Amino acid sequence: MKTLMVSVVTPDGPVMEDAFEMVSLKAENGELGILHGHIPLVAPLSIGAVRLKGQDDTKKLAVNGGFVEVRPDKVTILAQSAEKPTEIDVERARKAKERAERRLQTKQDDIDFRRAENALRRAINRLDVVENR
Amino acid sequence: MASLRDIQTRINSTKKTKQITNAMQMVSASKMNKAEQNARSFVPYSEKIQEVVASIANGGDVANHPMLQAREVKKTAYFVITSDRGLAGAYNSSILRTVYRDIQARHQSKDEYIVIAVGRVGRDFFAKRDMPIAREITGLADQPNFADIKDLTSETVQMYIDEEIDELNIYYNHYVSAISQEVSTTKLLPLTNIGTEGKQLSSYEYEPNQEEILEVLLPQYAESVLYGALLDGKASEHAARMTAMQSATDNANDLIDDLSLSYNRARQAAITQEITEIVGGAAAQE
Repeated sequence: MKTLMVSVVTPDGPVMEDAFEMVSLKAENGELGILHGHIPLVAPLSIGAVRLKGQDDTKKLAVNGGFVEVRPDKVTILAQSAEKPTEIDVERARKAKERAERRLQTKQDDIDFRRAENALRRAINRLDVVENR
Repeated sequence: MASLRDIQTRINSTKKTKQITNAMQMVSASKMNKAEQNARSFVPYSEKIQEVVASIANGGDVANHPMLQAREVKKTAYFVITSDRGLAGAYNSSILRTVYRDIQARHQSKDEYIVIAVGRVGRDFFAKRDMPIAREITGLADQPNFADIKDLTSETVQMYIDEEIDELNIYYNHYVSAISQEVSTTKLLPLTNIGTEGKQLSSYEYEPNQEEILEVLLPQYAESVLYGALLDGKASEHAARMTAMQSATDNANDLIDDLSLSYNRARQAAITQEITEIVGGAAAQE
């Protein structure tokens, strides 16, 4: 099966650069699966897991925001943060999740609500990536 | 002429100062290397996001996004990056001088501008002159990562989107090399000049469409530029401090040399005087 080059870049530096068979990620308006020869595409990403399917294993990354640029043989993911399962601090994510849940229950004004919601989604995403690696 | 003991005390205290400046120089040198590395690892991200933003902004009828359009300027924001601590040579003073001069030249009243101050030195400078500080951030880490400053950058960009400010200027020290940093002033928002430098990538599909991508991308782009400026500023800060401490160490060395010379001279004079006294005393006895 043909592979495509995937590079994941964040403001803190490149996270990953390797060849994979398939990339599936969560764009703002739904899941996207990308194989070799995909038409050129730009799409914003939402908070979610990126699955990189290689020859015999699948890697996962917890990605937060940013966008993906697809060319037929190359995929570039620009994210504000991208973490490998081994880099995720489970304890911290769990605490962040609890904190965000608490905040969501004591409804305050609009901005706080949105921030808490985003924090909750990020925490859930991190935990999800760690638990199903 | 100072007494022997006075000179000895001065030599000792200068030596101690030298030890401190020397240590600070080495600390700054290693921090500078790290900061330079951080700034460099940020380049691929910023280049890519710039390329995509420019290509979309170029792509025709989407240029009416509020962040791309200049509007009447009622309030200008100055984002000024300074350090928390001094002992960095002209690092802070050159930035603050430039900002202060520009503000004085452009604005008549304090209602026309606000300052976003990063670093304690800058904060104190503006507070002392009673200038309006909208936000202040002190105690930034030496190697900031994106998560640390995400709040600051997104709030700044949000201020522009909410039309609290109509223009955003960044003032920071650009890192040219370890011995040279120059004050850099950039007008970040509105993004009027972005379209000219990118090349066309018209063959792209946009999912869902160009407007919505710009909606997501432009704030992220602006934030990334602010982050880049912070990284650049940090690298400059450490470089400036390293150079300043290097010259302080050199000066201490010169001072120690001079003092040792006068110490030896004074010692010799004292010995000569003693011999003269002994000889004089012996001659008187005969």
